[in-house]
Amino acid sequence: MGKMISFALNGNKMAVEVKDHWTLLHLLREELGLLGTKEGCGSGECGACTVIVDGMAVNSCLFPGLEIAEKDVVTIEGLTSPDGTLHPLQKSFVENGGIQCGYCTPGMIMSAKALLDESPNATEEEIKHSLAGNICRCTGYVQIIDSIKSISEGGVEEVHVVAWKNKEKDE
Amino acid sequence: MERELTVVGNRMPMLDAAAKAKGTAQFIDDLVLPGMLHGKILRSPLPHAKILHIDTSKAEKLSGVKGVMTGTDIPDRKYGIVPKAKDEYALAKTKVRYIGDEVAAVCAVDPEIAEEALELIKVDYEELPAVFDPMEAIKEGAPLVHADVQKNISASIRKEFGDVEKAFGESDFIFEDTFYSQAVNHAPLEPHGALAQYDPKGELTIWSSTQIPFFLRRNLSTTLLVPESKLRVIKPKVGGGFGQKVDMFAKDFCACWFAMNIGRPVKFIYDREEVFIGTRQRHPVYLSVKTGLNKEGNILAQQFKAYADGGAYNSTAPVMITLMGFFLMIPYKVPNLLHEGYHVYTNKPVGGAMRGHGIPQARFAVERQLDMIAERMDLDPGEIRIRNSIHAGEPHPAKFVINTCGFVDTVKKAAEGIGWAQKRGKLPFGRGVGMAGGSFPSGVSNMSHISSGAVVQLGREGAVNVLTGAADIGQGAETVIGQIVAEELGVLLEDVRVTAADTGITPLDPGTFGSGVTVRAGNAARLAAISVKNKLFEIVSEKLEASVDDLVAEKRKIYVKGSPDKGMTLSDALKAYQYGDHPMPIVGRGSWMAPTTEPTTLLKENGNFAPNYSFMTQAAEVEVDPQTGRVKLLKMAAAHDCGKMINPLLVEGQLEGSVVGGMGQALYEDVIVEKGQVMNPSFLDYGFPTAMEMPEIEAIEVETIDPLGPFGAKEAGEGTQVSPAPAIVNAIYDAIGIDFMEMPVTPEKILKALEEKKK
Repeated sequence: MGKMISFALNGNKMAVEVKDHWTLLHLLREELGLLGTKEGCGSGECGACTVIVDGMAVNSCLFPGLEIAEKDVVTIEGLTSPDGTLHPLQKSFVENGGIQCGYCTPGMIMSAKALLDESPNATEEEIKHSLAGNICRCTGYVQIIDSIKSISEGGVEEVHVVAWKNKEKDE
Repeated sequence: MERELTVVGNRMPMLDAAAKAKGTAQFIDDLVLPGMLHGKILRSPLPHAKILHIDTSKAEKLSGVKGVMTGTDIPDRKYGIVPKAKDEYALAKTKVRYIGDEVAAVCAVDPEIAEEALELIKVDYEELPAVFDPMEAIKEGAPLVHADVQKNISASIRKEFGDVEKAFGESDFIFEDTFYSQAVNHAPLEPHGALAQYDPKGELTIWSSTQIPFFLRRNLSTTLLVPESKLRVIKPKVGGGFGQKVDMFAKDFCACWFAMNIGRPVKFIYDREEVFIGTRQRHPVYLSVKTGLNKEGNILAQQFKAYADGGAYNSTAPVMITLMGFFLMIPYKVPNLLHEGYHVYTNKPVGGAMRGHGIPQARFAVERQLDMIAERMDLDPGEIRIRNSIHAGEPHPAKFVINTCGFVDTVKKAAEGIGWAQKRGKLPFGRGVGMAGGSFPSGVSNMSHISSGAVVQLGREGAVNVLTGAADIGQGAETVIGQIVAEELGVLLEDVRVTAADTGITPLDPGTFGSGVTVRAGNAARLAAISVKNKLFEIVSEKLEASVDDLVAEKRKIYVKGSPDKGMTLSDALKAYQYGDHPMPIVGRGSWMAPTTEPTTLLKENGNFAPNYSFMTQAAEVEVDPQTGRVKLLKMAAAHDCGKMINPLLVEGQLEGSVVGGMGQALYEDVIVEKGQVMNPSFLDYGFPTAMEMPEIEAIEVETIDPLGPFGAKEAGEGTQVSPAPAIVNAIYDAIGIDFMEMPVTPEKILKALEEKKK
């Protein structure tokens, strides 16, 4: 069974028929062709599939597709400007060695973005906490944390530069 | 060098980092072909059984299923990474040997239907007695995992350097201890996958998450009976490997077989549980070490015995037990060594190459025992390591040629980094420091594929195109090779495009294992670049009326040494070449293998076994909570001699990754198997380190310039993995006075040991 739902994906409003059993990950990768989000375990344990739904980092492999109705979804594809300019977090990951094999990277960056959107000057402890659900087997996390710290410690003033901003909450 | 290095030695982002950051890098699961089908594998639920009958009729009838295959469909040809140890079929033919062994495969229009079809396949088994421990498996009368392998010992080695018995006779002290190193899963974040396509002209193309495209091509050819000339293996981005992808799996063979027989592209992606149970793991090994020393603490002899639990198949078995023994000869001077190693079959998941490949297990035993010996002989653990270090240029007991060796410096600097002098033995109960040393070959030079090739082409406006067979799995091989070429040609890294690891396009390369890529493939690329440079210098020397020997290539220009104004751009030089008297494209070729005056496998005669050797010491500080038994790794000071660092940013990444990997092995990770069943095949249950557990890591460089490495480089990938785990376990001794002889050192074991100590 399917249901027509509307939502915003990386700032673009859209309406899609979503089947009951689809996960958000399935919807993104298999139906919408957004392959930047990765599946590492399919059971919410590694964080490779992390995307942001209404400002919250979620494991899209567990998140029901239907649940995004009327919500804002941001994926890794939504971070890069149309002209190809990297989001400051993406740039920082590139320059600080936060990327080795790259498979956990989109999820790491999305977790980091959710944190910094909420708390732009996050401390190292907060960064570690926010990444606790994102596993990396290559880097030992050091350069990943450096990548995020270089933004949160004021390297870049404006984090919300592209595609999507935290929408104004009514309450 | 005539000039300063401008590209080599710089901290540079990986060439593909931006694509990975944007999510546009293509891994195997991101590849989609028109008409593509999805494959799934049926695995054995029993640890040891005869296959009596397989009924696939119901599965075949399920709507959406396009093909079902079993072991009877494929040729009677076994595969294996080591030619003389091939023992595995893509799908089991008559017998299954572990829970997870591949029995049948299905392909269908979507993965869910394929999964559903697996449940419709009915397999009749006759269960056989199984064996789960190598020490049981070698006993007379134990069930045989492979009927033709007596005592389940599928590979063994007994190798003596010097005269061990005599040396023990001359020793003042002899110590003998036993250790156990557990099973650990590589768990790369990207699960394994393959996608195969067959074209009507008979060419079979497979994209595979592999570290070894050329080995895979050969094995596909010999098992599926397709000529290698008709087979093309392409490595897309690979999301980590750590050795687990130094092998081939059912997914590779079944994807190809289906593609050939159905005529549509077929993709297999393993799920996480399959990665845990059905691929490879670090061999669990029982180890015993007997060491003889003189009164001064110099090692005179060592006798080493290892029983590796290989699981159901060989994979790299003979290589693993051999490397484990040979590399006991570094970083310490062991004048007399006897190594006995056995690879034993059991009805369990299969062991394979994992970062360090047998050597971390051996090093755990040796480094732990060295600390115990230091304690018994009242020596400082740092001092006993320095006293026994090998040195560059000295005759080596196995005739290794050690051109550069920074080991003693690494001991000193790691000690300094952790505050050894102030802390060892002086911290309050529950806090401690420990260290461990290590050394690693930059690729073994005499055992299998031992050479790499490269092609460098110069294109319009000075664009540089590099073809290499080196397999980048996320460690940055393509970037390192790009830097080496850019440095040699005097261009910027951004001018270089690296095309890699496509057996249809790129030159032969063994692949990513043995930590040989930077030295071997890097040297090949450098030679190819030099050949391009020589052609350019010829024309430029004519134009500038200068001697070739006086020319320098730097910053996209070629000029006369000392007069940067007198020169021409690379682009103009290329034009001059192509529009002058030599209207030829500029193509450089390079091939490289380690120079070996006396090729040896070391099995019969001594000799050098690697182009060069890295050295390292890691020192750990831990805090043990006596109430909970929990160990917190506070800091790791890691001093590393990897020769000239081509890219310090990447070297640090390797180092830090291995520290956290070593911490996982020392404290948390363990593939728990009960009666053949893996009990924790998920990230959550298996439990490896997250950002929360990450210690402070101080990376300390000890740079040597090695004469054989490109620009002086040595390996930096696997060696870093050999010493963190023993360093941590040694620190635990300093913290609570308990010697742990096996890993992981879990809170339960600590509490139990503290309890026993009280009694």
